[in-house]
Amino acid sequence: MKCRKCGAKAAINMRQHKLALCKQHYLEWIPTQTQRFIEEHHMFSPEDRILVAVSGGKDSLALWDILTRLGYQADGLYIGLGIDSGFGYSDKSLHFCQKYAEDHRLSLIVVDVKDAYGSTIPQLNEKTPRGKDKPCAVCGLSKRNIMNRVARDGDYDVLVTGHNLDDEAAVLFGNTLNWLGSYLLRQGPVLEADHPGLVRKAKPLFRFYERETTAYALLRGIEYIYDECPHAEGAKSIYYKEVLNQLERNRPGTKLIFYLNFLKAKEGGLFAEQAPETDPLNTCLTCGQPTSSPEQCAFCRLVERSTP
Amino acid sequence: MGTSMTAKLILRKEEFEVKSGMTVRSALEKLEIVPESVIATRQGDLITDDELIEEGDVITLISVISGG
Ligand code: SF4
Ligand SMILES: [Zn+2]
Ligand SMILES: [Zn+2]
Repeated sequence: MKCRKCGAKAAINMRQHKLALCKQHYLEWIPTQTQRFIEEHHMFSPEDRILVAVSGGKDSLALWDILTRLGYQADGLYIGLGIDSGFGYSDKSLHFCQKYAEDHRLSLIVVDVKDAYGSTIPQLNEKTPRGKDKPCAVCGLSKRNIMNRVARDGDYDVLVTGHNLDDEAAVLFGNTLNWLGSYLLRQGPVLEADHPGLVRKAKPLFRFYERETTAYALLRGIEYIYDECPHAEGAKSIYYKEVLNQLERNRPGTKLIFYLNFLKAKEGGLFAEQAPETDPLNTCLTCGQPTSSPEQCAFCRLVERSTP
Repeated sequence: MGTSMTAKLILRKEEFEVKSGMTVRSALEKLEIVPESVIATRQGDLITDDELIEEGDVITLISVISGG
C-alpha cells in the first residue's frame, strides 16, 4: 500500500478514511488534524495555559507531544496511584512521564496519592464500606478530584486528557446500553466549567482511533508503558472496545460514525436538559469542588475515613 | 525448523506460527485476532496489513487496546 501524498510505502492505513500514509506524512497529518479539532470545538487557544494529564500511556504522551509541537504551552500532571501488582506499574509509568518531560524540557507536576493523602489508591479502596475488589471506582473519583484541584490551584485555563475515539465510543456504548440519560448529556469533547471550582476540560484526540494514537507514539519514538494497569483486566470498557472493533472490521467507520452522530444528535436536541433541581450542586467544605452531598465530596470523605 | 515455509507472529507473550505467502490481514483473520486491535511491525517498522508475510519473518503485533 502506498502513501496517498508521496507514493512511498505506507506505514498505516486508516480504512475509515480510505487513507494510507507513510511515516513522515502521518507524523504531519496527526498534529494538523488535532489543530483542526481544537479549533472546531473551541477547546483552547495559544494564549491558554494547558495542563495535560499524563499516565505514561501512549495516548496522553502522544497528546503532550502533539500539543507542544503545535506550539501550545502545556505542562504535564502525573498522579501516582501507588499500584504495584508485582511489576511496579505506577513506578514504571512515572518513569516514562519523567523521561518524556526531561527529554523535551517540559515541566511535569507529580502528585503522589499516598504522599498527599496518606494512602495509595488500593489502600483507599480497602477502606470503602463495601471494599470492592477492583479499585477503579475509587481511582476514577480520586483522579478527577486531584486533576481538577491541581488545574484550579495552578490557574490553568484548561485540563486536557488523552481520551481517544475508542475510549469515547466505549463509554457511549455503555451509557447507551443502559440508557443513562444524564451521562449521555454530559459526554462530549469539551466539558465546560459550569460550576465554581471546576476547570474546563477538553479531549483533543477524541476523533482518533486508538490504533492511530498508538501508531503516532510508535512512529514518533515515544516510549510509553505498554503493560496495562493490572486492574484493567476484564474491564467493561475493554469488552465494549472489542465489540466495537468487531463491527469496525466489517464496516470501517462504524465506531467513528456512532460517536460523531451522537454528538450531532445531542446538538440537535435529542436529549432534553434535565431540570437543575434534580441535581443541586454544593461546594465541598474541604476541597471546594462541586458535590451533590451537603458537606464533603465523596473523595474527601474517602480520604478522611482512611486517615486514623 | 528448516524447510517449512513458516513465519512467526508475536502478540504480547504469545507466539503463533503462520504460513508465509499470505497477507498480514489474512493471518490475523486466521488467528481470530481483530485487525483493528493491533498494529503489525516488522523489524521495528510499521507495516500495513496487505503486506505479504515472507519466509522467516517475525511480525510483532502491538496491541492498541487499553482500558480502565
Ligand atoms: S484500571 Fe482501574 S485502578 Fe487501574 S488506572 Fe484504570 S481506573 Fe485506576
Ligand atoms: Zn508520504
Ligand atoms: Zn472535597
